[in-house]
Amino acid sequence: MGNEFDVSRRAFLRGGALVVTFSLLPIGRVLADTEVDTLGTVVLAPDLPGSLRTNPFLDAWVKIDSNGINVYTGKVELGTGVKTALLQIAAERLQVAPAAINFLTADTALTPNEGYTAGSHTIFDSGTALFNAAAQVRKLLMESAAHEWGVEPSSLKTNDGVIESASGQRMTYAQAVQGVDLHRYAEAEPIQARPSDYKLIGHSLQRLDIPAKVSGGAAFVQDMRLPEMLHARVIRPPRPNSTLESFDAQSIKSLPGVVQVIQDGNYLAVVARDEWQAIKAMRNGYALSRWSGGDVIPDAQHIHELLTRLPATRFPISHEGKPTLPSGPSFKAKVTKQYLMHGSIGPSCAVAWFKDGILTVWTHSQGVYPLRTGIAQMVGLPPERVRCIHAEGSGCYGHNGADDAAADAALIAMRMPGKPIRVQWMREQENLWEPYSSAMLTEVQANLDAKGKLQDWNYELWTTPHNERIVNAGRLIAARLIARPFKSAPSIPIAQPEGDGDRNAVPLYTVASTNIDMNFVTVMPFRTSAMRSLGAHINIFAIEACIDELAAKAGSDPVEFRLAHLADPRAKAVIKQARDAFGWPTKTNRPGAGVGFAFARYKNIMGYCAIAVELTVHPQTGEVEIERVVTAVDVGQIVSPDGLRNQVQGGIIQSASWTLYEAVDYDANGVRSYDWSGYPILRFPQLPSKVEVHLIDQPGQPFLGAAEIVQGPMAGAIGNAFANATGQRRLKLPLTRSSNVAHG
Amino acid sequence: MVEAGDCAVCHTKPGGKYLAGGLPLVTPFGTLYTTNITPDIGTGIGNWSYPAFRRAMREGIARDGHYLYPAFPYVHYRRMTDGDISDAYAYLMSGPPVHSPSKQNQMSFPMNIRPLVFFWNLLFLHGNPIAANPDHSQAWNRGRYLVEGAGHCAACHSPLNLLGAEKSGERMAGGVVDGWHAPTLLGMAEGENPWTKDQLVSYLRAEVVVGHGTPAGPMRPVSLGLAKMEVSEVDSIAEYLLSLQGAPSAPSPEKGEPISAAYQKMGADLFQGSCAGCHGDAAPMRQIDGRPALAQTSALTANTSRNFIKTVLEGVPPAPGAPGPTMPAFANSLNNQQLTVLANYLRDQYKPGHAWTDLKTTLQELRPEAK
Amino acid sequence: MTSTTLNVNGSLHELELDPDMPLLYALRNHLNLNGAKYGCGLGQCGACTVLIDNKPVFSCLTPCSGLESKTIRTVESLGTADRPGKLQQAFIDKQAAQCGYCIAGMLVRAQSLLERDPHPDETTIREYMATNLCRCGTHLRIIEAIKHVAGASHGQ
Repeated sequence: MGNEFDVSRRAFLRGGALVVTFSLLPIGRVLADTEVDTLGTVVLAPDLPGSLRTNPFLDAWVKIDSNGINVYTGKVELGTGVKTALLQIAAERLQVAPAAINFLTADTALTPNEGYTAGSHTIFDSGTALFNAAAQVRKLLMESAAHEWGVEPSSLKTNDGVIESASGQRMTYAQAVQGVDLHRYAEAEPIQARPSDYKLIGHSLQRLDIPAKVSGGAAFVQDMRLPEMLHARVIRPPRPNSTLESFDAQSIKSLPGVVQVIQDGNYLAVVARDEWQAIKAMRNGYALSRWSGGDVIPDAQHIHELLTRLPATRFPISHEGKPTLPSGPSFKAKVTKQYLMHGSIGPSCAVAWFKDGILTVWTHSQGVYPLRTGIAQMVGLPPERVRCIHAEGSGCYGHNGADDAAADAALIAMRMPGKPIRVQWMREQENLWEPYSSAMLTEVQANLDAKGKLQDWNYELWTTPHNERIVNAGRLIAARLIARPFKSAPSIPIAQPEGDGDRNAVPLYTVASTNIDMNFVTVMPFRTSAMRSLGAHINIFAIEACIDELAAKAGSDPVEFRLAHLADPRAKAVIKQARDAFGWPTKTNRPGAGVGFAFARYKNIMGYCAIAVELTVHPQTGEVEIERVVTAVDVGQIVSPDGLRNQVQGGIIQSASWTLYEAVDYDANGVRSYDWSGYPILRFPQLPSKVEVHLIDQPGQPFLGAAEIVQGPMAGAIGNAFANATGQRRLKLPLTRSSNVAHG
Repeated sequence: MVEAGDCAVCHTKPGGKYLAGGLPLVTPFGTLYTTNITPDIGTGIGNWSYPAFRRAMREGIARDGHYLYPAFPYVHYRRMTDGDISDAYAYLMSGPPVHSPSKQNQMSFPMNIRPLVFFWNLLFLHGNPIAANPDHSQAWNRGRYLVEGAGHCAACHSPLNLLGAEKSGERMAGGVVDGWHAPTLLGMAEGENPWTKDQLVSYLRAEVVVGHGTPAGPMRPVSLGLAKMEVSEVDSIAEYLLSLQGAPSAPSPEKGEPISAAYQKMGADLFQGSCAGCHGDAAPMRQIDGRPALAQTSALTANTSRNFIKTVLEGVPPAPGAPGPTMPAFANSLNNQQLTVLANYLRDQYKPGHAWTDLKTTLQELRPEAK
Repeated sequence: MTSTTLNVNGSLHELELDPDMPLLYALRNHLNLNGAKYGCGLGQCGACTVLIDNKPVFSCLTPCSGLESKTIRTVESLGTADRPGKLQQAFIDKQAAQCGYCIAGMLVRAQSLLERDPHPDETTIREYMATNLCRCGTHLRIIEAIKHVAGASHGQ
């Protein structure tokens, strides 16, 4: 079975297969694009770049027919602008106008299986695949024309989808494709191009999706309207693993507009003709259902201590060099973070339609193929009878309720054949049932040698899973609630160098020895899964705090201290750029002002980011105001400068919100963060006053991905600026939450 | 001490900079805007000396000699000890200066002429710093000091006479501030809906209390300020307040006809569309937080509809970055007729047949003020 | 069901609606307007913002029953994807969206600000927009877009 295979393969990779694969590759590649996100996919061609490795056939990416040029990606638009950026890459390499391409994103019936759109991998995986595949297709088309005309391919040019010979012969791509079979493996050798010739890559194309979004166009799955579509709402138990004792389905069925009430074990849903009627029926359903039992909710104040006591698997992460007897000063600390929510503004939604034996699901899932595996298993259909099509949803920032809402729609649609079913979760359902980002505890202990250089780095962390993706039906809430429930597949962490809770747990700084371990807690007090940057947010926060403290003990400026412990010139370049543009360490003389600096290379293999922050900690109220943020980033060859800038700004603001304010509130009575009053996030008045983003372009270098590179460094810079402002080192996230301060 | 004195309640406008002023105070005599009390030289109190500050706190006279409107509760602050006033001064001067010029007050005659305030002071400014009463506990004495001095509770919770001063003999018997009903603080431990000390402490610390609800309006920032103080201080305040004796200030509405089934349906429809997401039986706020039904909150059990209307019109704004009760403003979402139906519907759930009699006049008064 | 007449974006619509229905559901499901979004249904996020008699309201909590004599405007009234209005064009030009789920609400809220104060300063914009949540962190660009329109209309 597919999911069994995924799990075992994943385990196998973790056991070192990835490392073996690396060593077979040309050395120059290892750092560039080796880390394709392969979850839910099969590696067929390990020597190919990007997602060509899992989808090596050229016609998986580019098909040319009478309709024109069709380009496919297995990745999806999550609101980061990647659809536009990928199109730029494909159009650049096919040498056609973007408008000449029919561009399709993930659809299990049409597009390659690229697993998940996650981990800042989209440009890295799919962009790299399109960069190569599109150029190779163009080359094959030119060879086809050359063959037809009996000339040398090198004598031909292309102009907007037309091949032209020196003597004035012309042939469209659609004509040329007659003479070539694109169903062939891509070549490993890239077709070179001069970055200075690029007309699209490196330029800011207007985003394709925004005009509809600002004018009320049908832009989201929430906006889908199919003929005779019905509206469903789910009724969830008061907490996971509660048992339904009684439910008055009949009285709900008699409400106006209600056409179906579904009860299957602990799974409840209502279906009505009108959405508002479905909501009222749902409210009645909550009032008329009685439940017992359910998971015990832990005490928020002691969650980190609890994590150290729960069953865990210990994973060695990095044990390099030999620890020495400490000869210089050391720093030791415990760092914690609470559970966080993805907090999508639009609660999860899906539309499903079971018609003529085929179940079609429109979903804003990050991975339509893995979702198909889970749904097919849940409803008992062979995977080829289930089609999952991506339609945009609200920004998800990781594994939110999208897959579970799709499972709800699928389950309900199977019981109402012929009728399209739209399900949207309510705000409280999203907040209570989305998988959270894990609470974590880390312990750092590091010391300097006699010369003030970093010596031994000891780091241990406790985390629950960050990757409970849909590898089987049991990973879907609906499948756990029905009378014959499915069990979730065992939790397996993403291997290094990507990392899971241990993402970025290994400092990029030069140290004499490392002793880094992860305690992967397999019993989850709350269901947790992937959220932007996984463990990197707290790990970088912890590392950067430690670096600042040790720099102070060494009597060094923290920025100079960082530079002295880095070998990578690109790492140094972003740090120097941020330092100089900020005018480090200048700050105003307002009471409570502080400056802080932080740096990381995402996963130690992707984008580089350095940030300097100036903030004020109000001496009277303790409120934090961020005055100034200056950042420099290097994500390799830039595809869309404005798109990149938007991602970086967004990361700064979102990370500021996580770091300063956010924590899921819970106690024995339940999760109190069921709406925005219980889970406040940053609002306009709390924005940084000024944000400056500096981009360091690397023409011709591999794409490294951008969306998540800021989360950790921003947290680190805020923490360091807070310490600079107050003389107080706070290590419990979020920094301004009074319960954290009182115990801090 | 500044937290106990709730300076920020008036001297910070919603969404504005801490202590930088600009909050409009609607008084019977016109709208006052509070001033900037950050140490900004140009627009705040940056060049106020300590003696000038002390004079303002005790005598109600600004640094340049003009009389402060008595909305500034110097009548109460003069009961504070010198030590506390100097602590407050040091505290205010240690904050970051904020440039925020004062807004022009809009007062009606005769109170638009500041020197006239002088006569007001002659009439009503008396009382010296408080001496401890040995017959009561230390907590009670501390509570009295906080309530009568820094806390200036009576400034809001007393009726004002025609000249805008607290009516003598009716201190703490309830008042109206900025359109809100500040209920009587007398006899809180007795009556129809008595307070326990635990309830009062929780309420004063901005929590939600079964049977009473959570502070809204001007009491919201007061309680958020109190929540930052030591619990023992709030405990003292509650102890003192619950010792005060007295009868309810406003008469309870007479028993009349309960509302009709058709009226019930109209009310239920409005409740379903506008309120049930939070306040319905099945809402998580009720199920998880265990919050009371609306009929069990002080806004509904009070003898006046004022706070119900005020809360629905203006809502409860969120405290930035901190979890806690919030409510959207409905001023532009519900018209007077809808508000009337909703009020009668909910009031009937609390006490069938005891409809508010002030609904129409209060709505007419409060609707134009809704911010 | 009750017959209700709504004046939306300049046209009168006679609709058969449940008497307790909030405006949001009438707009989305009975008038097929996508702009106003369900975000929380609690008046906390602003994704459903529309204008009623030129004032911004949370349509998720505003009953249709009281709107018979009112004028309702949604983001669709500001322009189309092909012919965007000034503010919409500014949002497109400044790439003032990431996922864009909050954006229609942001536009309507901003529009109401510009109609009563054509030249707001940045502090005013920040305070006024506080009712609307964005999770992607596009706030700075939203402010830029509003400032662009506020500045461009100077001297008109």
